[in-house]
Amino acid sequence: MSVLEAASEFSFPRVGALVRRYWYLLRSSWPRILDLIYWPTVQMLMWGFLQMYVAQNAGFFARAGGVFIGSVLLWDILFRGQLGFSISFLEEMYARNLANLMMSPLRPVEFIAALMVMSLIRLSIGLVPVTLLAIAFFGFNLWALGIALAAFFINLILTSWSIGIFVAGLLLRNGLGAESMAWTIMFLFLPLTCVYYPVTVLPDWLQYVAWALPPTYVFEGMRALLIDHVFRGDLMLQAFGLNVALFAVASTAFLLLLRSARQQGTLLQGGE
Amino acid sequence: MDAQPTSAIVADRLVKRYKTTTAVDGISFILPRGSVTGLLGGNGAGKTTTIAMIMGLVTPTSGSVRVLGAAMPQERYRVLHRMNFESPYVDLPMRLTVRQNLLVFADLYAVPDAQARVLELAADLDLTDLLDRPTGKLSAGQKTRVSLAKALLNRPEVLLLDEPTASLDPDTADWVRGHLETFRRTHNSAILLASHNMNEVERLCERVIIMKKGRIEDDDSPERLLARYGRANLEEVFLDVARGRSRHPGETVK
Repeated sequence: MSVLEAASEFSFPRVGALVRRYWYLLRSSWPRILDLIYWPTVQMLMWGFLQMYVAQNAGFFARAGGVFIGSVLLWDILFRGQLGFSISFLEEMYARNLANLMMSPLRPVEFIAALMVMSLIRLSIGLVPVTLLAIAFFGFNLWALGIALAAFFINLILTSWSIGIFVAGLLLRNGLGAESMAWTIMFLFLPLTCVYYPVTVLPDWLQYVAWALPPTYVFEGMRALLIDHVFRGDLMLQAFGLNVALFAVASTAFLLLLRSARQQGTLLQGGE
Repeated sequence: MDAQPTSAIVADRLVKRYKTTTAVDGISFILPRGSVTGLLGGNGAGKTTTIAMIMGLVTPTSGSVRVLGAAMPQERYRVLHRMNFESPYVDLPMRLTVRQNLLVFADLYAVPDAQARVLELAADLDLTDLLDRPTGKLSAGQKTRVSLAKALLNRPEVLLLDEPTASLDPDTADWVRGHLETFRRTHNSAILLASHNMNEVERLCERVIIMKKGRIEDDDSPERLLARYGRANLEEVFLDVARGRSRHPGETVK
């Protein structure tokens, strides 16, 4: 099937139907909504107070106001973006509804599009209140980053979706036995993408690995903005190029894993 | 085996092998449009794998299966909107209300005037009072009726049913069978029905395919099967096949 054929068959109403399904679920369960806000708030408060403490005791941190809070908020975009994508997918497996969807006219690309939309919705519910709390508690206004924030956000959310797509493929192929990947895979990115420290801290050989990951450019770009007050558009473009490649690799892996799931008969099972 | 224009499902030397087992071992059959066929067999006979291949959820190792002329799973998107299924092994989301579930699936199947169709099915399947209740709060029998409503949303030309009356009390089960008969008559749909309820199969099906160890052990109308095995009901025929007893006239049934 050509790209044009696939595009012509794309159905927004089907995507909308699936988004509605997740929205109905979310709004019917207050613990699910609370869960979206609770942990980002705790993390932001912890890193914010730590930043206040070290700023009182070290001149560098006094100048680099908000770098920890900025890091934790951007990290949450990356982490919660992937989690929002993967949890919506997992809800289908918990509900034993996956076969209903796979047997329906819903295309894989529409399924993925719906999961992306839900990732944005869940991220908005979780992070917008936390950014407002950051202003109230620490005077750190993430929104004041303006165009830079848009560039950071686009790159981070693209990476989170790529990882989410890959994890969804693993779940299709391996059932809930692969569930832990959905919760933990992003933590591999935490040390490697240098969320809280510059890339130069890493050993030389590991720096090559770090620069192969799009979020590294975002976190370096954030530090350049907050510490040196320079917006590094070059870093954002490099991150975007890597993200396009990562998205293509993840989508291909998803389709291969889906094909393998059809061969192994795991679409009907979805269990352990 | 040629696919006839009137065929709903054509399976041709269909094989599915997993690493160490052969779930389906070279089965062939043609189901015409408007027919109701029972698929019988003990646990592990290959019924679910056969249905999964027809639905495009499992890729055959060899052979082919075509639904309404489309090869499955390669050409599934040509026909998925014209088929549907119901199985007790697949649930609808529990926290969504019956109405929400049915409307979501109506949109996935691009059902015109979805609200009206949901109300129509709710009336047909006695679900009107349950429409705004969470699906997870329903009894097993009510859930089965909701799943059946989901399966009938798009007025499918091919309907695959796995134990459609499991968990239903005899009265409701009989009523559902009546509804399925009416649906088949009015829509000329082909129905493939996997069931362990032999009375249900005798009542609904004009043809019965009996599977054992991945192969078709027998394939005929209920009347001819009863005559051939010299039995009074399909349950006895099923037991004869399951236990390897003779089916030939004149031979002593052990």
